[in-house]
Amino acid sequence: MLDFPKWKVWSVVVAIALSLVYALPNFVSPGTLPSFMPQNQLPLGLDLRGGSHLMLEAGTDDVARARLESLEDTVRSELRSAEGGAIAFTDLSLAGGRLRFTVSDPARLDTAVQLLNKATAPIGVGTGRDVDVARGDLPGQIVLTPTASGIANAVDNAMAQAVEVIRKRIDELGTREPTIVRQGKNRIVVQVPGLQDPAALKALLGKTAKLEFKLVNTNADPAEVAQGRAPPGSQILPAQEGGTMVVRRRAIITGDQLIDAQVSTDDNGRPAVSFRFDSTGGRRFAQATTENVGKPFAIILDGTVISAPTIISPILGGNGIIQGNYTVQTATDLAILLRSGKLPVELKVVEERTVGPDLGADSIRAGVIASIVSVLAVSILMIITYGRFGVYSVLALVINVVMILAIMSAASFTLTLPGIAGMVLTIGAAVDANVLINERIREEQRKGRGVVSSVETGFKEATRTIWDANSLNIIVAIIMFLFGSGPIKGFAVVLSIGIATSVFTAVTVVRLMVARWLAAARPAALQI
Amino acid sequence: MLLKLVPDTTNIGFVRLRFIAFGATLLLTLASIGLLATRGLNLGVDFVGGLTMQVEFTAPPPLDTLRERVDRIGVGQSALQEFGSPSSILIRLPLPEGDQGAVQRVVAKVQTALKKDYPGVSFARVESVSGKVSDELIRDGAWAVGLSMLFVALFTWFRFEWYFGISTVVALVHDVVVTLGFFALTQLEFDLNIVAAVLTIIGYSLNDKVVIDDRVRENLRKYRQMDIKQIIDLSVNETLPRTVMTSVTLLSALLALLFLGPEVIFGFTAAMVLGIVVGTYSSIFVSSSLLISLGVKSRAEGGLRDDRMAGAERVTRKG
Repeated sequence: MLDFPKWKVWSVVVAIALSLVYALPNFVSPGTLPSFMPQNQLPLGLDLRGGSHLMLEAGTDDVARARLESLEDTVRSELRSAEGGAIAFTDLSLAGGRLRFTVSDPARLDTAVQLLNKATAPIGVGTGRDVDVARGDLPGQIVLTPTASGIANAVDNAMAQAVEVIRKRIDELGTREPTIVRQGKNRIVVQVPGLQDPAALKALLGKTAKLEFKLVNTNADPAEVAQGRAPPGSQILPAQEGGTMVVRRRAIITGDQLIDAQVSTDDNGRPAVSFRFDSTGGRRFAQATTENVGKPFAIILDGTVISAPTIISPILGGNGIIQGNYTVQTATDLAILLRSGKLPVELKVVEERTVGPDLGADSIRAGVIASIVSVLAVSILMIITYGRFGVYSVLALVINVVMILAIMSAASFTLTLPGIAGMVLTIGAAVDANVLINERIREEQRKGRGVVSSVETGFKEATRTIWDANSLNIIVAIIMFLFGSGPIKGFAVVLSIGIATSVFTAVTVVRLMVARWLAAARPAALQI
Repeated sequence: MLLKLVPDTTNIGFVRLRFIAFGATLLLTLASIGLLATRGLNLGVDFVGGLTMQVEFTAPPPLDTLRERVDRIGVGQSALQEFGSPSSILIRLPLPEGDQGAVQRVVAKVQTALKKDYPGVSFARVESVSGKVSDELIRDGAWAVGLSMLFVALFTWFRFEWYFGISTVVALVHDVVVTLGFFALTQLEFDLNIVAAVLTIIGYSLNDKVVIDDRVRENLRKYRQMDIKQIIDLSVNETLPRTVMTSVTLLSALLALLFLGPEVIFGFTAAMVLGIVVGTYSSIFVSSSLLISLGVKSRAEGGLRDDRMAGAERVTRKG
């Protein structure tokens, strides 16, 4: 038990030395260490350094509805361009999560089903159908139902896209090191350290930024519109300066074709946003404006008409300007939104945790002071109780803290406030291990065993108990990590690392120190 | 001379005290359940949704005026609480009706209103959780605690014997219930951090119990002439110096954290302090004595053995 082969001694020494090297960056200012040494500092959680944590959730219903709307486009274009002339249909509805319509000519029903089956066929090999095409109950009716896997795919794609859009938007804000990760099926967690007021961030993330250009329907009957009924092919949208406006459902062009948007000023010197389309978009914009000179068209952002200028002359260069009572700030925000593209799905903030930097600093200070006092209290108790063995335990304790810091820095685990609590508790576990060993040595001595024999039996018997107890604690820590959320996870990480290092330091390192001392001093009696 | 918190050899008849201890334990547990049923837990926004704002004022604001002003915003009944210092106020607001984004609109409203009424005010901490997320957090928390207990029982059963598993889990349930009762009594906010504390209490209390169980098992093998009561008394007494020393050391560390540590983890540390006290009590008085009630017999009484699986079978058959 007390014999240490050379290689074992060296492994312990190397492990401690490595820990010191990896923990070192936390105690010096960045950039002072030579480049061949590790530089990683322990990343601090938002609760310690201040910042914003937002959890955004996408409504899966919205994605399903968007999927259904794009399906409507597919149906229209497929049937229009069918071989042997367009297939006419009536009664198209999107109710109940299905798309229904009735083909006017029963003779062409089969052709229509075939066409749609082909158009919605899965692209990948071995993937199931995204949409089921079937005949409805009514004569001539066709029903398209998105399958569960189809909707899941749509949600998945939308979320992947949303993460990219959010990244672009946050980068535009100029904030450093944002963390943007998907969580579960339809959530995205955004963490921005150092952000004091997340209002601007939330405003940026909360907007879909779907830009559309649609022709205004000037022929609508005002009486019908007042009752909320739009003419076929048209829709009623709210206008930014109040009231409503009737526009054609079909967009001439959408923001998808935008390649740039910048703040500029209009003819009156007020802030506005100018934009440029890509070449395809520019051509289409030119064509649409040429065909509709003299008519008003609506610029629509997220379902609200921002302005409805009349097309005075064809716009050929692919450039345009959006005017609407903007301030420099709102115009800048809109430009950012347009540049980063539209979110494929509306996101809502379902959880927010924001910590101001002052509070974070206070927490660190209080946490550090408390930890120092804790360690002092523990050290004093251990030393006055166990003498030399207490000193060894305290040394092991310090090594333990250094090792936790080293592992967490090297692996870039984030230290949170509950993490600090976890560290203090680990110190407790390490102390317990040494108390167990020392008490056992005392006991064995009382039974009349010699020095070496007491120490050997003490370590042997106590180690078994320490292993039992710590395996159980590791189990609890793993469960906490798997099932806990947020603060519990941060706590579990430190606890797991701490349990491992505390067994190493409290058992192996202390044993090594004791063995060396026994070999060198050969004491006749133990003061313990 | 080195310090000894507990004399070298103690001979306290813990087993003899077990009926008193069981009575006290039952009383504590029932009182806790009663408190939980009547007063309930003061659940934080993590678990009921809604929002908490820690607002730093430039000077201590009169609470009545502040409450009136917040209530006038029209976002529901507010609850105010000093947090650490008189100019630092915690404002709790209920979960607003409506969709997932409703909480966010309330946050914005309150911030604008307070900034107008109290220039120079700053928002040190804002936490808002929607109803759906808080439901999930409850579910996750309950799973974490429940599964931990289950695995502890399984591990103890596998590593020791089935009756050690039962006595340990009974004692752990007692520790958790009493801790929850403490939170019902003090109405300290019960949030995610406290769930972490409860899990840690389980861990520590477990340490204690494993140490004693280990010693009981060792002594069952060693002293073949003793009956089970003597063995348990001996084991608890032998491990008493360690139990007390560890608890005192941990308590001294936790008390430092409680009084000097950041306000944010006050509830967490308070739970831990209580957990250590309750856990130590249940290790000494409840779990080990429970072994007798579960019908464990020593070798002298015709019970145990060297091979633990065979022994377990024999005990089972007898029971």
